[in-house]
Amino acid sequence: MGFPHDMLSGLRRDPRAKWVGVVLVAASLLALPFVLAMAGTAWVRITNLAVLYALLSLGLNIVVGFAGLLDLGYIAFYAVGAYTYALLASPHFDIHLPWWAILPIGAAVACTFGVLLGTPTLKLRGDYLAIVTLGFGEIIRIFLNNLSEPFNLTNGPKGIWSIDPIHVMGIDFGSTTRFAGLAFSGTIKYYYFLLVMLVVVIVVNLRLQDSRIGRAWEAIREDELAARSMGINTRNMKLLAFAMGASFGGIAGGMFSAIQGFISPESFILTESVMVLAMVVLGGMGNVWGVILGAVLLTFVPEVLRYTVAPVQKWLFGRSLIDAEVIRMLLFGLAMVVMMLVRPAGLLPSAVRKRELAVPHDER
Amino acid sequence: MSAEAPARRADAGTILEVEGLSKRFGGLVALSEVHFSIRRGEIYGLIGPNGAGKTTLFNVLTGIYRQDAGSIRFEGALLAHPTPDRIAALGIARTFQNIRLFANLSALENVMIGRHVRTHAGVVGAILRTRRTRAEEAAIERRARELLAYVGIEKRGNELARHLSYGDQRRLEIARSLATDPRLLALDEPAAGMNATEKLELRKLLGAIRADGTTLLIIEHDVRLVMGLCDRVLVLDYGRNIAEGEPRAIQRDPRVIEAYLGKAPERGAGA
Repeated sequence: MGFPHDMLSGLRRDPRAKWVGVVLVAASLLALPFVLAMAGTAWVRITNLAVLYALLSLGLNIVVGFAGLLDLGYIAFYAVGAYTYALLASPHFDIHLPWWAILPIGAAVACTFGVLLGTPTLKLRGDYLAIVTLGFGEIIRIFLNNLSEPFNLTNGPKGIWSIDPIHVMGIDFGSTTRFAGLAFSGTIKYYYFLLVMLVVVIVVNLRLQDSRIGRAWEAIREDELAARSMGINTRNMKLLAFAMGASFGGIAGGMFSAIQGFISPESFILTESVMVLAMVVLGGMGNVWGVILGAVLLTFVPEVLRYTVAPVQKWLFGRSLIDAEVIRMLLFGLAMVVMMLVRPAGLLPSAVRKRELAVPHDER
Repeated sequence: MSAEAPARRADAGTILEVEGLSKRFGGLVALSEVHFSIRRGEIYGLIGPNGAGKTTLFNVLTGIYRQDAGSIRFEGALLAHPTPDRIAALGIARTFQNIRLFANLSALENVMIGRHVRTHAGVVGAILRTRRTRAEEAAIERRARELLAYVGIEKRGNELARHLSYGDQRRLEIARSLATDPRLLALDEPAAGMNATEKLELRKLLGAIRADGTTLLIIEHDVRLVMGLCDRVLVLDYGRNIAEGEPRAIQRDPRVIEAYLGKAPERGAGA
């Protein structure tokens, strides 16, 4: 990994090369949906999902990667954000607030839930915290499933539909717009919207990491007692990480609502929490770019397998031996195991995390 | 640092006052009615055989354990159920017997983390990178580098804490504690594992810290270091005060000799 890394840092030293790189990356990201649309609109939709997962993973990265708190119920905050959006922009209550009002409300509601969960539980460590958060995630889902009586808040398992799409300056994200000879479908517009959000969340992550707050989180992860003895209020700092992670989850949830137009408790099952955590861990806990890579890979690989498993079997054996869905998850699991063996700190590990894993515990 | 030293040293009086401090772990009495007071600007030694309760006393003083009985007053104010972070904010910093650095962070980052309690940037400042936040960050780094230089490891700033030599790790831990601007610095066996040269340098460093206005409380096994450095010494044995006073007097105290060497079977056969 030395060579490309050296090359990268060499490039970084030259500001012109850096800007050329930024422009190239930006241009390809801007052109991406049109290229993908040629292969089928489905791929644009999958890309949107990948960006959405990247947003979620970056939120969880603050909790798991920066502060070192294992959260197995993170999807609950996504659910809270999604339902907040759905309730405030759908015929369900016939409330139709604009997105710029709902997304912050969703973030605030999710944040409140984060604090409510965090306040009593953050004294717990490691495994215990993981189990409590896991329970919390399930509780939220079960509530969503059952809060249709006596007062119909969530509409139960049927979910909420006809959720308003986002409107920005008169442009409806629910339909296709023609501009400069190009057809911008709703999916493509959402792609750009998500991209802007992703950039914002990346900046927030990077700046937090390299700040007084980020250092305090690092200290807590390294040695909590020493951190406390240096005057860091570890409880507040952990709560802060929890609240921030939850807020990002809430925003991502709101976006999910707007894009899908329909949500139900089924979208917020435990597997989803595990998936987002897998993205963070696989990509490289604590490393923003690694986490994004993890999210993109774990969104795309299963989809690619979905489309390739059956044809490849046909080509090899003349017929489909194993159900595509089964072999897809099998390959996926195998890939995860191999990854953890070969690169336990993730694909793009954060420098500190890598060191932490490299040192045997008794040496610390 | 040295500019404000005279004012602080002139401020005589008691900085820490401990009365009737007791701490039990189940059936084990770790501390029993321990009492002492430390004057502002002195170097106060805490010695005693292994298991005498020195580190327990440190842990109670710094809020890691809660005492079963007794009171601690710091600068006249009672410390009621303090937490370690509150203690650090009040102005008592400590080091650990078995060094507890942030091993995978650089030496500089370790000291910068020490500045946390004296700085204020919050989430909004960090995200928006306001001018104030940037100025504070620059000040944190400047101060951290100053402190690395102060303890004599300025060239090690970018190395990982766990790659430093043992002596340098001890120094780094002191620098990190100093970063919290303590008025009382509590060191748990700062010379442990050091060779003669390192001990000599440590002694100079501790002298300088005191001269710059920080009161020191030191647990130390090296008798020569304690005797040469401390103004007064408290001897603990089985969690009790057995002697307190100037090093010279302590050295001749029969109870101290007995605690360390056992009771003399007959006259003159002891130390």
